[in-house]
Amino acid sequence: MSGITEQDIFVVTDNVLSPLGKTTAENFAKLKEGVSGVKEHYHTAISPLSFFASLFDQDEQILKADEHDYTKFEQLLVASIADALNGSGIDVRDKKTILIISSTKGNISLLEDGINNIELKNRISLSTSAKLVAEHFGFQNKPIVVSNACISGVLGIITAMRLLRSGEYEHAVVAGADVISKFIMSGFQSFQALSPQQCKPFDQAHDGLNLGEGAATIILSTNEKYAQNIKVKGGSVSNDANHISGPSRTGQELASAIKLALKDADLSTSDIHFISAHGTATVYNDEMEASAISLSGLQKVPLNSLKGYYGHTLGAAGLIESIISIQSLKQSLVLPTIGFKEPASADKVNVLAEAKRIKANNFLKTASGFGGCNAAVIFGK
Amino acid sequence: MLTEKHIAASCTINKGAVNKNGVKLFENDTDIAALLLSIYQYQQLNYPKFYKMDNLSKLGWLAAEVLLKDSFKKDDYQPEETSVILTNANSSLDDDIKYMESIKDAASPSLFVYTLPNIVIGEICIRNHFKGEQAFYIQDDFDADFMAQQVKYQLDNNISQACICGWVDVLEQDYKAVLFLVEKKRNESSVEFSAEKMREIFNK
Repeated sequence: MSGITEQDIFVVTDNVLSPLGKTTAENFAKLKEGVSGVKEHYHTAISPLSFFASLFDQDEQILKADEHDYTKFEQLLVASIADALNGSGIDVRDKKTILIISSTKGNISLLEDGINNIELKNRISLSTSAKLVAEHFGFQNKPIVVSNACISGVLGIITAMRLLRSGEYEHAVVAGADVISKFIMSGFQSFQALSPQQCKPFDQAHDGLNLGEGAATIILSTNEKYAQNIKVKGGSVSNDANHISGPSRTGQELASAIKLALKDADLSTSDIHFISAHGTATVYNDEMEASAISLSGLQKVPLNSLKGYYGHTLGAAGLIESIISIQSLKQSLVLPTIGFKEPASADKVNVLAEAKRIKANNFLKTASGFGGCNAAVIFGK
Repeated sequence: MLTEKHIAASCTINKGAVNKNGVKLFENDTDIAALLLSIYQYQQLNYPKFYKMDNLSKLGWLAAEVLLKDSFKKDDYQPEETSVILTNANSSLDDDIKYMESIKDAASPSLFVYTLPNIVIGEICIRNHFKGEQAFYIQDDFDADFMAQQVKYQLDNNISQACICGWVDVLEQDYKAVLFLVEKKRNESSVEFSAEKMREIFNK
């Protein structure tokens, strides 16, 4: 061990709630068939121009009977957490259980109504949503809210791992969600970061990202009764100290997070059998990430990006992609990167264009975001 | 595994006043934009990027400048050894509202980039070349126990050797920043590191 702790962190259960399905199993089945949630949308409430994204149907009811007046963001969290908790045996009322919520923009779409008063500001606050969700299930502890751009989901997992290792809690329910609205869409448009078609992560023709909606929940525990389950083995976070809206030129800082995550997990590069990359399909991100993976000595390790299926689900992305990759670990089936054909950086990353049967023990999940943030987490058997 | 930890310095910007280690340095009871500019001028800083920042980043960045000046020996640490952990109540809502206004004409990418609370961490990291751990959490009020726990984990496990942590919150004319520099070594102005002490400084 790296010396931090002998405490293992086990994955109890999880949920992915996306336009592709309401459970992890439904999602993985769709992904195995090569189905993508990314479609062209004409939705003037979000954008005056058509756009490609993975969105829930406008009339889709996320919670069957919602007497609480929850927003769509909160409904996604509640539905995802409810499915993950169902039959898990986790007692949310136990003082040893903590709820962690990750999101980039939560209820920001409420600003679009043009009203600007103190009630609205309180309603938009991520703390308000976290409190409502905690009360819905009866969590006794005050929830922790992570809002750290596109690494929020991975940072939620790392925060949980550390709180559990320190013995502060025995179980952690980590849930993330984001909803795509005009606020977010117009911002990415103003950055010219969106692809005019389905995104192509790590492909020569990569030309921007697609946005996506989704929620996901992962429940972690230190209880030895889950000792046969997949473990969260290590994680690390870094900052580029380079630019607030562009990634590192070298990828050294993400590479540093990967190196420290490996050290934390007491593993070496040869123990990593596949990589779930951030892979947003913007040229800047993909190049930086490819450099970081190559600098880490992982250039031969099979890698995928799931952005072609889900788009970039922002605060949920790190969770959704970790949970899908846990399924890959369990089923020895690593998914292809849809949208990818010809490598942009063949010498730096081994991107999977086809599904691959891999008897894997461990995988690496990476994420990077605005503000120069990077995160790496390792899951394994 | 447990290591010594000290609050090597603290800085508070609140109610028109800038305090360093409990001593008032500067006062200017005016609106937030004028206050932030006057602190920048008072500190005789020369950092053109400052003018591009939103108020949240300006406030946090200035608080970090005051916190670190004469208190932090950068050469004592590798870039990866310093972490930044911040919290607030209003996320980036101050800039979110301004960005939303801009959409009516043309969405402004320079406002959009600040619609994330962790951008202030990025600004502090760029200025000081910090490449270590970082995290932004949203809380109703400053949770000193949570923060102490996070910092303790960083330092006790040698993930970081120094940690800049605290609270940076802005919403229109309401603002408050309280930053702490936590190090393993003691200096002449350091005080004990504890949740109670952070709470006491925060509420002063």
